[in-house]
Amino acid sequence: MEIQSYITSLDSLDGELATLNLGPTHPATHGIFQNVLKMNGERIVSAEPTIGYIHRAFEKLAEHRPYNQITPITDRLNYCSSPINNIGWHMTVEKLAGIEVPKRAQYMRVIIMELARIADHLICNSVIGVDTGALTGFTYMFQERERIYEMYEEVCGTRLTTNIGRIGGMERDFTPAFHHKLRDFLKTFPNRFEEFNSMLERNRIFMDRTIGAGPISAERALSYGFTGPNLRACGVDYDVRVMEPYSSYEDFDFIIPVGVQGDTYDRFMVRQEEVRQSLRIVQQAYENLPEGPYHADVPDYYLPDKPDVYTKMEALIYHFKVVMGEVPIPQGEVYHAVEGANGELGFYLISDGGRQPYRLHFRRPCFIYYQAYPEMIRGSMLSDAILTMSSLNVIAGELDA
Amino acid sequence: MNPEHILARIEERNPGVLESHHIAYDGMLTLITPRQRAWELLKFLRDDEVLNFHFLTTLCGIHYPDDQGRELCVMYQLHNWPKKVRLRVKTFLPIEEPHIATVTDLWATANWMERETYDFFGVVFDGHPNLKRILNVEDLEVFPLRKEYRLEDGTRTDKDDRFFGRTGNEGRRFD
Amino acid sequence: MNHTIAEMPEGFGGEGFFATSLSKAIGLARANSLWPLPFATSCCGIEFMATMGSNYDLARFGMERMSFSPRQADLLMVMGTIAKKMAPVLKQVYTQMAEPKWVIAVGACASSGGIFDTYSVLQGIDKVIPVDVYVPGCPPRPEQIIDGILKIQELVKHEPLRRRYSPEYQHLLEKYQIA
Repeated sequence: MEIQSYITSLDSLDGELATLNLGPTHPATHGIFQNVLKMNGERIVSAEPTIGYIHRAFEKLAEHRPYNQITPITDRLNYCSSPINNIGWHMTVEKLAGIEVPKRAQYMRVIIMELARIADHLICNSVIGVDTGALTGFTYMFQERERIYEMYEEVCGTRLTTNIGRIGGMERDFTPAFHHKLRDFLKTFPNRFEEFNSMLERNRIFMDRTIGAGPISAERALSYGFTGPNLRACGVDYDVRVMEPYSSYEDFDFIIPVGVQGDTYDRFMVRQEEVRQSLRIVQQAYENLPEGPYHADVPDYYLPDKPDVYTKMEALIYHFKVVMGEVPIPQGEVYHAVEGANGELGFYLISDGGRQPYRLHFRRPCFIYYQAYPEMIRGSMLSDAILTMSSLNVIAGELDA
Repeated sequence: MNPEHILARIEERNPGVLESHHIAYDGMLTLITPRQRAWELLKFLRDDEVLNFHFLTTLCGIHYPDDQGRELCVMYQLHNWPKKVRLRVKTFLPIEEPHIATVTDLWATANWMERETYDFFGVVFDGHPNLKRILNVEDLEVFPLRKEYRLEDGTRTDKDDRFFGRTGNEGRRFD
Repeated sequence: MNHTIAEMPEGFGGEGFFATSLSKAIGLARANSLWPLPFATSCCGIEFMATMGSNYDLARFGMERMSFSPRQADLLMVMGTIAKKMAPVLKQVYTQMAEPKWVIAVGACASSGGIFDTYSVLQGIDKVIPVDVYVPGCPPRPEQIIDGILKIQELVKHEPLRRRYSPEYQHLLEKYQIA
């Protein structure tokens, strides 16, 4: 293709290439990462990324905190969809400790996780719109995110970094206000989402900008360890929710959308369809929400009710032990993966029986697929490179950890 | 394709490459191999038509300061999507000489994962195209995730360690 | 119908004129048209995006135009964790800003390192640059961020015009080794 011949003839052009520092603080890179680009005019010849500008040493920090204090740390991995990280971590500890979570708690978790997925995809797609010049979609979709935030507040009290759920289930049952807000959301969100979709999906300018921008083939994507919407845009339908169902995902009926070429337009469309599918899952989970307890009966790990703590001796002792972190965790290593908004988010936990993990490693999808960025933008123009980066949905917290 | 099949296939095609094996707590088969044969084993696992562990899920390091001569462990986790099987491969390296062959020629994703393992533990991957620090500052002299280094920055002036219950025994187990 | 857009400063008025001191007039103009530089690194950046959005709307306080170029910005809003790798970049951005400039540290990580008491995180940006207002929270609600911005506006409104040339301010800059 003509781009290939363009590049091979550039080998003799050394000294005439411009070096452009797409520096750590740049409005278009949503996050802190630096790319030193070598450019021939408007075309990019090579790129060298530097990351680590927000390295907060999560893996070292996790070795010095008890298990229930690690949940706020996992929040800050992919902070646009933090419930998924929290619940993934709780499931890892439950796998290690052998705790079986009741059905109602599993369905509640599914509702919260799918709302988080919708929130993350809303940000990513609005930001693709912003980078192509369509700022209005961003303002409308952020209003929808506010409604999701209000639902999180009903469950856990905070908007963004949620610390949702506990080891063994959820911290409280859904309040009546939550039911009201969720019903309202399910009724009105689809229309507003279709408005946003209609602005961009068949928009001539948007399609011209995004089709062909930053493509990657399925073989290279697999070699680079892509998972999640970026891989599904290349045509490979790998989804952890279907491959190894967790938390009752096998009960729900949803399709996995795939793209064709793996370019920015395909990633945008895959995320749009995933929002609709997530909405379907929330609908099914909410209609079939079973009765029952919202947490497992494991007083060793889950705080007992406050009236019991003040009156019964065993409850007082359990409360003390849970708060001090003296929970009975067996020795061993587990790996648990959940389908994060960006791909397979894995937790590899090695426990030596003590209060704190011996080693906790996060398999962070953003870190893994951002390696492919220099290859994806080689030969494209600078504006396409910006679009590719925002369509990859690189969240700095998950990139650096 | 259960663990017996996997072990039988490895014995049949590549005998003696394993040092030992066991089933981990979460049911995943874990293969332990000496570091000189790790690359060979991983290439075999990837390319064999029956085993077909084509996806490298993750790669990380673990530090066991008490195992003399085997302090640093490199863990590779593989995944076979069509048969839905996961597998772990571990090799142990002595801390005085932590060299091992890179797998970036087998999977492109190992590039940054190995840089992160080098950054945190000091494991040197021979043949890596660009082995320099990735997450920490470039001129950091220590390998911070090793157990002997403390979590906090010792030179900070605004927090008094006594009030945080940290009296110098960080990194030790409280059991 | 009279709508108060901004409180009138003290002064002496008559038919067709209003006399007040120069610093009050300039303070009023500056406070209600700050151009912020959003230095958003992590989670607090997303709360800032929500503050900028239509529900909490920062534009009604005069911050319609975000400036990503330090030369044209008045207010440096540092939102999110600053790692030690990022500290030189932050200092450079601060040095490039033209006087008068104010700094607001949004979030626990920018104020004091937050929950990340680790070797790689700067324990508060006031280790490298002087800060005017700290907004605690992890992340702070948009209402809290707006509260911090209102406090900045109070500072801007009442700042004497010669403050940036005073020896105390020079001494402050020297303490941070900013020329």
